[in-house]
Amino acid sequence: MRHLLSLISGALFGIGLYLSGMTNTDKVQGFLDFFGNWDPTLAFVMGGAILPMAAAWALTHGRKPLIGGNFPERPETKFDRKLVVGAILFGMGWGLVGLCPGPALASLGFGGIGGLVFLAAMLAGMLVAPKARQMLDRA
Amino acid sequence: MIEMDWIWGLIGGLTIGCGGAVYLLGNGRIMGASGIIGGLVDGSGRHEWLDRVAFLAALIIAPALVVYASDSVAQTNLTSNIFMVVLAGFLVGLGTRIGNGCTSGHGVCGISRLSPRGIVATLVYIAAGALVVVVLRAILGGL
Repeated sequence: MRHLLSLISGALFGIGLYLSGMTNTDKVQGFLDFFGNWDPTLAFVMGGAILPMAAAWALTHGRKPLIGGNFPERPETKFDRKLVVGAILFGMGWGLVGLCPGPALASLGFGGIGGLVFLAAMLAGMLVAPKARQMLDRA
Repeated sequence: MIEMDWIWGLIGGLTIGCGGAVYLLGNGRIMGASGIIGGLVDGSGRHEWLDRVAFLAALIIAPALVVYASDSVAQTNLTSNIFMVVLAGFLVGLGTRIGNGCTSGHGVCGISRLSPRGIVATLVYIAAGALVVVVLRAILGGL
């Protein structure tokens, strides 16, 4: 059951990313280009995605997940260096070519060799991240 | 085409949100792309690996099938500068795992429950991305 739900969820996520135009790096970089020829599409995608998600969060109150267990706890309010440093590094990479993890995977089937190279580099970054987290904790 | 683009953005966004809602209400988990992949890469999500693989497989295959079935030509328009692709990929992988989330986890799932961390992270990565795009446009005179 849970694997089926994961499949459905992943498929909706991927198809949504494609339909929305977010697998097109020009549209993502166009959104980030606030002082140039700004493309607001990403804001509509984000807004559109937040609507059903907000409804889903509202439905979690007093209920259990379909497969059992518990819903995620209340969001943490603790801010640390890792959150900010991580977001800066991610944002820089995102702006550089216009790909983030979801669209990088969703476009793998038609993204050619460049998409594969991005994925390999992203996995490498993820592999060394635990070490970097430790360094930030100690610094 | 810009006039139609926002409608597709909204339709696609709603579809993405429904995917996140299924993941949350069904499996009780937050649909964050970087977390789902990252847990496989560094081993922290080993105990639920099949769950993650199922999600990722569908994420890769479903849009490819849509492109194939609709006979459309999908363009990612990714830069051909391989150095930039490698650098960007590394930064995205590293940053999302240090900061514990990306556009789906912090952005969609975090903002929709008014998570302060999600909201701050989203503002920071959008600002960092915008700065890079401004610099790129200034240096290269285009992308």
